[in-house]
Amino acid sequence: MAKADGSGANGGGSNGTQVTFLEAIKQAMFEEMERDPAVILIGEDVGVYGGAFKTSEGLLERFGWERVIDTPISESAIIGAACGMSYLGLRPIVEMQFIDFIVCAFNQITNFVAKGHYLWNAPAPMVVRGPSGGGVHGGPFHSANPEMYFVHTPGLKVIYPSTPYDAKGLLKAAVRDNNPVLFFEHKFLYRRIKGEVPAGDYTVPIGKAVVRREGKHLTILSYAAMMHTSLEAAEALAKEGIEAEVIDLRTLLPLDEETILHSVKKTNKCLVVHEDTKTGGIAGEIAAILCEKAFGDLDGPLMRVTSLDTPVPYAPTLEEYFLPNAKKIFSAAKELARY
Amino acid sequence: MKKELTRQQYLDLYYYMRLNRAVEDMMVKLFRQNKIVGGLYSSLGQEAISVGTAYALEKKDWLAPMIRNIGALLVKGVPPRDIFMQHMAKYDSPTKGKDGTSHFGDLDNLHIVSPISMLGDLIPVMTGVAMAGRYLGQKIVAMTWIGDGGSSTGVFHEGLNFAAVQRAPFVLIVENNLWAYSTPVRKQVPLENLADRAKAYGIDSYIVDGNDVVAVYTTAKEAVERARAGEGPILIEAKSFRRMGHAQHDPAEYVPKEMRAYWEARDPIALYEKFLASEKLLDAKGKNEIEEKINTLLAAEREFAENSPMPPPELAETCVYCTGDDCHKIRAKWERPIAEVTPPRSSVKAVWTVPGFGSGKGSGGANAPIHFGDTQPAAREAGNKTNSANGGKPVAKMAAKAAPKKTVKARAAGASRKARR
Repeated sequence: MAKADGSGANGGGSNGTQVTFLEAIKQAMFEEMERDPAVILIGEDVGVYGGAFKTSEGLLERFGWERVIDTPISESAIIGAACGMSYLGLRPIVEMQFIDFIVCAFNQITNFVAKGHYLWNAPAPMVVRGPSGGGVHGGPFHSANPEMYFVHTPGLKVIYPSTPYDAKGLLKAAVRDNNPVLFFEHKFLYRRIKGEVPAGDYTVPIGKAVVRREGKHLTILSYAAMMHTSLEAAEALAKEGIEAEVIDLRTLLPLDEETILHSVKKTNKCLVVHEDTKTGGIAGEIAAILCEKAFGDLDGPLMRVTSLDTPVPYAPTLEEYFLPNAKKIFSAAKELARY
Repeated sequence: MKKELTRQQYLDLYYYMRLNRAVEDMMVKLFRQNKIVGGLYSSLGQEAISVGTAYALEKKDWLAPMIRNIGALLVKGVPPRDIFMQHMAKYDSPTKGKDGTSHFGDLDNLHIVSPISMLGDLIPVMTGVAMAGRYLGQKIVAMTWIGDGGSSTGVFHEGLNFAAVQRAPFVLIVENNLWAYSTPVRKQVPLENLADRAKAYGIDSYIVDGNDVVAVYTTAKEAVERARAGEGPILIEAKSFRRMGHAQHDPAEYVPKEMRAYWEARDPIALYEKFLASEKLLDAKGKNEIEEKINTLLAAEREFAENSPMPPPELAETCVYCTGDDCHKIRAKWERPIAEVTPPRSSVKAVWTVPGFGSGKGSGGANAPIHFGDTQPAAREAGNKTNSANGGKPVAKMAAKAAPKKTVKARAAGASRKARR
């Protein structure tokens, strides 16, 4: 299922080429650097090595040492320097080698970068991106989903795409945005997911969710890798006569309340699926929004399928137990459908 | 103090130090009248540092003040009313009441980056400013300040190290006022001279008497021009003393009386007045004129500030995000040909070149820069300081004890810092 606006299951337009999630990100950076000399890339091993996941392979060859900057292992310094660069009108893309390490720069991001525009009229047009998420046995320090630390920080935008089409279009939009944008790339998707991207320049608007699968019995809200797992569960549910509407949130901050409310007012039931841990995850925020704005429309409780409230464990047996999967989503959805 | 500036420069330094002190004196009055909303931090006795360093910058250069650098803001061109209104949380203040103290900036005109309360954060930020300026061909220098206390934060070290490897045109003033709130410098840093921090990053440093405005200015000027010329970041330790408490609420009774008396007798403005009189640069009449000028200016600035309203409550919910070109037109100012940083000219062969390696000769070859077997005790090196303020007395015993008995001696050790003062 491929639609011109990228709303199909794996996104993608009809006239482009099939690329991996990773290739889409590389294309976005390449094209933005080609388009605007104010765009630079900075991070650990992004230059000669081309990034730990090879997302920046070839960028140094083309754009040179001044625009593709290998740094010391100093996340605070990297984020701080990128912020300073943005004050002179550059648009730095910062790579965190693994997004887990973003918390080493937590203070720089939440206190310096995020508050500048509100406090002293200083926009910081910069993107912080990096591989996140589990399911690849990376262990507790290479599997994190730290998005909610930052969704709680006014002044930031937080994006977590699930398709190559969205990854490319949203990353381009993030580079052109005048605000600091955190861009999470689920590493499970890097080489497993392929989709079409159009031949020409395009962006995907930040802050807009998209309906991936239409349905009438319940709404499943998800994002990133779990969006694909949710679609898998939806197919299984369909075989039992339950038509789930699956919505890909794509942007977590700002959250697209309109699309969420529109769907829930139609299906009257809502299940939120995320790979982030349960307590303080986006599902709780969505539950509150539904209570405030769609209480009378709900025919059942908001349910959630999430990771456990633990660190991400290493052993495959433990990690599989820890993560949500299609079976867990299927069971929760069936229970919800009974209301 | 020796005579090497123009008469106007000497008088400018005097004017700004006096203005710095007068602005802060007036704020103490406002504080006692409950007109200042939050805390008030004093730079009494440290005016020579703020003024002397900022005066070394050109208009196009960038600075980021810390809490005790009101003087630097005045030199850069901030009107006193902005400083008053910031502290009074007024609607017409640079942050419209959203923040206080010296927490404000000006990206477009004055090139000032706002500080935040978390110490050290400005070091990588100003490194980025310096790198961007170099990238755009603007030939600017970025300057910021940090205290003896702030020099122990992690981001201080991350930032300075990054500035050093990037050889960024960046000047860091370490303002050693001997106290971090109630904790004396000896309980913070096991070094006689904070300038020694620079050694670890292979950058040059200076030590200067922070109460001698001419020495501060000439040192900063040299550092700024060296940084501008591409010599990399430079650290200046300015030694002084915090005469007031951490903020107005703190009577600082933990400071030994003798220490306070010593430094009060070395007031930077009084010292400078003596110098100006002996050099016949300023007489009683000239001094009166400057006083008059400052009094007239500040009376008007204060009146403006007091008449400014408090911000309307709904303002709290505005401007979290930039809404785009209607809000900020963000355009880099290129002062070099863009063709230099775009393909094909930007394209390179993506390989590292490591001096002495890569010719296939192996590490034992004649050109290999690393030689094994020349390990030496490190303690001898640890005490290597010929320019310390206490005349080269041994450093704290702690440092020697902590040093391992044997370690690999870096080739450049001891040669990296050229302490000029």
